[in-house]
Amino acid sequence: MSTDSTSKKKSKSVYAPTPKQVAEETHILAVLVNNEPGVLARIVGFYSGRGYNIESLTVAETNNDEHLSRITIACKGTPAVIDQIKAQLQRLVPVLKVSDLTMEGRYIERELALLKIVCTGDKRADAQRDADAFCARTVDSTPNSFIFEATDTARRIDDFIAIMKPHGLVDVSRTGIAAISKGDRVIGE
Amino acid sequence: MEATQKQDKATPKPKAKTKEMSGAEMVIEALIEQGVDTIFGYPGGAVLPIYDALFQQDKIKHVLVRQEGGALHAAEGYARSTGKVGCALVTSGPGATNAVTGLADALLDSIPLVCITGQVPTFLIGTDAFQEADTIGITRPCTKHNFLVKDQNDLASAMHESFHIARSGRPGPVVIDIPKDIQFAQGTYVSKDEAIMHSHYKPETDPDMKAIEEAVELMANAKCPVFYTGGGIINAGEEASTLLRELVRETGFPITSTLMGLGCYPAKDKQWLGMLGMHGTFEANWAMHDCDVMICIGARFDDRVTGMTSKFSPDSKKIHVDIDASSINKNINIDIPIVADAKKTMEAMLSVWRAKKYKADQKALKSWWDRIEIWRAKNCLAYKKDDTIIKPQYALERLAHYMEQDKRDCYVTTEVGQHQMWAAQFLPFNEPNRFMTSGGLGTMGYGLPAAVGVQMAHPDAFVVDVAGEASIQMNIQELATAIQYRLPVKVFILNNEWMGMVRQWQELLHGERYSETYSEALPDFVKLVEAYGGVGLRATCVDELDGVIEEMMSNDRLTVVDVMVAKTENCFPMIPSGKAHNEMILSPDASAFDKSLV
Repeated sequence: MSTDSTSKKKSKSVYAPTPKQVAEETHILAVLVNNEPGVLARIVGFYSGRGYNIESLTVAETNNDEHLSRITIACKGTPAVIDQIKAQLQRLVPVLKVSDLTMEGRYIERELALLKIVCTGDKRADAQRDADAFCARTVDSTPNSFIFEATDTARRIDDFIAIMKPHGLVDVSRTGIAAISKGDRVIGE
Repeated sequence: MEATQKQDKATPKPKAKTKEMSGAEMVIEALIEQGVDTIFGYPGGAVLPIYDALFQQDKIKHVLVRQEGGALHAAEGYARSTGKVGCALVTSGPGATNAVTGLADALLDSIPLVCITGQVPTFLIGTDAFQEADTIGITRPCTKHNFLVKDQNDLASAMHESFHIARSGRPGPVVIDIPKDIQFAQGTYVSKDEAIMHSHYKPETDPDMKAIEEAVELMANAKCPVFYTGGGIINAGEEASTLLRELVRETGFPITSTLMGLGCYPAKDKQWLGMLGMHGTFEANWAMHDCDVMICIGARFDDRVTGMTSKFSPDSKKIHVDIDASSINKNINIDIPIVADAKKTMEAMLSVWRAKKYKADQKALKSWWDRIEIWRAKNCLAYKKDDTIIKPQYALERLAHYMEQDKRDCYVTTEVGQHQMWAAQFLPFNEPNRFMTSGGLGTMGYGLPAAVGVQMAHPDAFVVDVAGEASIQMNIQELATAIQYRLPVKVFILNNEWMGMVRQWQELLHGERYSETYSEALPDFVKLVEAYGGVGLRATCVDELDGVIEEMMSNDRLTVVDVMVAKTENCFPMIPSGKAHNEMILSPDASAFDKSLV
């Protein structure tokens, strides 16, 4: 007790210090769920309830016959937290399969973004040129605005947004990440 | 099937298994089919049709509690003492919100419950209707699963699915929210064999044999092994406790258990080290700290068990058997995880142990036991006896003495606080399903309604709620329930006029500033229970204690015993928050505890 009390004197607390932080990494999880009412709230509620963060979330029904939805979640955490997240997701009753794409090999990741640029005159050509460099499509054009559509990895979308900012970027809409593993592997197998 | 005869008269003869009936009748039919004989509840507007259907049958006994919170704890008590799914029925809005504490309690302690909540009619949902609450939203994080039934033809399947989910895998509470118009509407009932399970919920329960062989080999080569068991063994059924006893005896290893697991292994056995954790025994905690192989079965390395995780059992290889994969590596890193049912795992472990003719290293085991005996000799539960003032520990020792002599089956429930820990330390638990206490959530007010549930399930048993004067007041209205159903529940109040456990923390960790923990304006518990129609007894000094306990044990009525105990007694041993197992303080050390470190 005596050795402890000297070190504790500093903090003036007999309670334990909070645990040290370990480096965090981002993982992309693919989660197959029954498309029943409240299933998304269940997943999102689990994340917020246990203090985990969601960086990106995409959800849509992917199997209309069996009413299964695929949820793609990008989340950040220490390796232990990521393991907890997967185990906790797996035990939710409507969750059928959980697949950690980041861990399970190579995968394709895509996100779609719509960027609205407001600019006129000479600046329009500059905006168009940079959009072309990112292979973005022009989906709307008025004398004083553009909407560009880009599909790429989340990181490339970040870059695209950064480069478009000086051209008069006023509005962005992103879909969140959709991802699928490469080769013949199927989710959860 | 008789339950629906009234219905049959009015409508054409139903086909063999699928039958037309109202939603409310389906609820009753499904409960009967699921083997429910007792349901705890409180009526209200949104469950009137179900109460109407209850009135017209005689298979299910309804126990009217005095507040919905009591219904949930009573159902928990019923479930924990029988191993069956507990059942509660409450109305919408405040009925459902009052049920929330019991649901959260059952979730943390893995107790199988099905709670039926009424809901406003579907066409009023979302309009802020009278007694409307978003029950599904509110209960989502404190249930294992929940359903809102919007079509009467889905109701029977949802009922059956609720029971399936509540009892499968890691058990837990399930809420089924039924709008009033669905209760009235006619629909088709399906039996449990035909129910459409939407969830595909099938948790893995078979152990991986490779992991079992690896684990058993590790056990066979252990020098300082210890079994650390928990409530998972109780949830795995009575047979699991039998298998645990075989496994412990054949290996010769010492065994400790969490609060939730008390009774799985007989406390009178010499291999039993007592409970571990914050208020566990010296020998159990030191064995955990110094062991080289830890075999954890059905426990979850809760913070009250581990103390500071970075100093938790630093030199051991850890085997963790849990039915819930998310328990593995959650708090403590595990060397050999086995995600499976405890009973099946122990069966497999025993068969491998026997097939390979393993035998523990007797020499190493002997010296390990020698060390344990030195720790045991500390006699860590010792306390200063007094000739006149009743020490709470002494009161429980006397209660234990009388319980051991009693021929009846004895069941103990507790509230939460010092008395709960003393009950765990001093009462004898030799069989599973005999100790009902709020472990994970720590719900004051749990014990009395839980005792009501236990006594309903075991009418001839001796059922006692060990309580504190603060906790008991949190659900004291359930005395009326006990009276109504003539339940001879006993409430044994260790009355020290303080919220003892909080007071203890304030004394040891908060500079002796006793903020709001004195129980001012206490009622006279003797008169109080008499007003309800029960028996009130009081013991104020040591000489009165035995007589009062004898009278409590011998009468067959609801009895509250107000035991006036020493006011500032602390519960030891204790691992202060943030300390390791080998830094626990014992009663004599307490005076040396530096109270200035705040």
